[in-house]
Amino acid sequence: MDIFDLSGLFLSGAWGTLRLFLLALVGSLALGTLLAAMRVSPTPVLRGAAATYVTVVRNTPLTLVMFFCAFGLPILDIQFASDRGLNSFFYASLALSAYTACFVAETLRSGIAAIPVGQAEAARAIGLSFRQTLSLIVLPQAFRTVIPPLGSVVIAMLKNTSIASAFNNRELISAMRSGIEIRGDMVITILIATALIYLVLALGLGRIFDLLERKLVILR
Amino acid sequence: MIQHTSEQRPLVQMRQVQKFFGDFQALKDIDLDIQAGEVVVVIGPSGSGKSTLCRTINRLETIDSGEILIDGEKLPEEGARLAKLRSDVGMVFQSFNLFAHKTILENVTLGPMKVRRLPAAKAKEEAMALLERVGVAHQAQKYPAQLSGGQQQRVAIARALAMKPKVMLFDEPTSALDPEMINEVLDVMVTLAKEGMTMVVVTHEMGFARKAANRVVFMADGQIVEVAEPEEFFTNPQSARAKDFLSKILTH
Repeated sequence: MDIFDLSGLFLSGAWGTLRLFLLALVGSLALGTLLAAMRVSPTPVLRGAAATYVTVVRNTPLTLVMFFCAFGLPILDIQFASDRGLNSFFYASLALSAYTACFVAETLRSGIAAIPVGQAEAARAIGLSFRQTLSLIVLPQAFRTVIPPLGSVVIAMLKNTSIASAFNNRELISAMRSGIEIRGDMVITILIATALIYLVLALGLGRIFDLLERKLVILR
Repeated sequence: MIQHTSEQRPLVQMRQVQKFFGDFQALKDIDLDIQAGEVVVVIGPSGSGKSTLCRTINRLETIDSGEILIDGEKLPEEGARLAKLRSDVGMVFQSFNLFAHKTILENVTLGPMKVRRLPAAKAKEEAMALLERVGVAHQAQKYPAQLSGGQQQRVAIARALAMKPKVMLFDEPTSALDPEMINEVLDVMVTLAKEGMTMVVVTHEMGFARKAANRVVFMADGQIVEVAEPEEFFTNPQSARAKDFLSKILTH
């Protein structure tokens, strides 16, 4: 196997990492926003449920969350696709989303706390409901406030996709392992190449968050 | 814009309202009726409960007992009915509280579009007319932080008026302003009063009280101590508390 075959292997591995990341990004942002909204809701049951979820899942190792999804869900007969590989992909995305959502929720909650309470009062005073106040006034500003720390959460999730390699997923780490098996003489090169690809992806993400921060800044 | 109706029922009725913050009683035995078209100025030392009174009228502050009626309807506890009622009660805050991520125009159109379901074009047309009226129409595309305090407060008044409220509450509307900006806000409020808007104004601006108020309500320690016409109150206060308070704010 020459260097071109290896790069092909890595390219498909990088794509595997990227699609895992993208699906989990959407999932974790959606679930994280929902959890943050529940935590500031006037209904005690919702507040309690969200707090419990965050406490339990945040304090569980991601590897264990992956085990629950990859081995627990099949026992409960929960399958997302007939194809085994695709099914593993959805299990891993779900585990990543469920886990990262806790950190998204906590980050967002600090952003919500940073929005002057007077703005929420003004929104209620013109007759907006709790949901409207949250979705139109509070959350849009909270998101903009937490772009820098949210960037760290998202970059951490990108790197956490590597754990999926142990659960029948084809991504960068599994590509790396195949590469090492085939070309045992190039171990160091392959390790460094893998690290570089993660670095490029993470730097790209950091750049996107920098741009977002500059573009969405709120004048105060 | 608002006609003095012959209707006898007060627009705002407060009956035996009590409010506690922990052990501290912020409002004590509050009984107050405000007629349609009336301008009531609430005055009193800090901590006297005047802001709390203002905020209970649209239930930004809950009360512990007693009742408050707006246009004959008891304030609902929570939910959609409370939101509906709040949309009929305009409020202007000490710290303006404009939505920082929305333009001046969007600040004013948001309520009419999201609460009253007005089409965007109609909401914009009405908002521009209101911004024109308070003298900030040329700033419509800017963001709140780009405006001076006085301009922001006038936008806040326009935002409240956009809902076509039955009554307007002003919670120390000029207290956070630089001195040279106070009058531009008071001018808008005086015009509003002259047009017949029902207003409850918590303020220390005696000029405004003299010019525009029908009644002055003097509060101390969570209670209404004295109610009088402005001229009468400022020149001939009856209670010792009011005399003491006025002597402190009038000597300079």
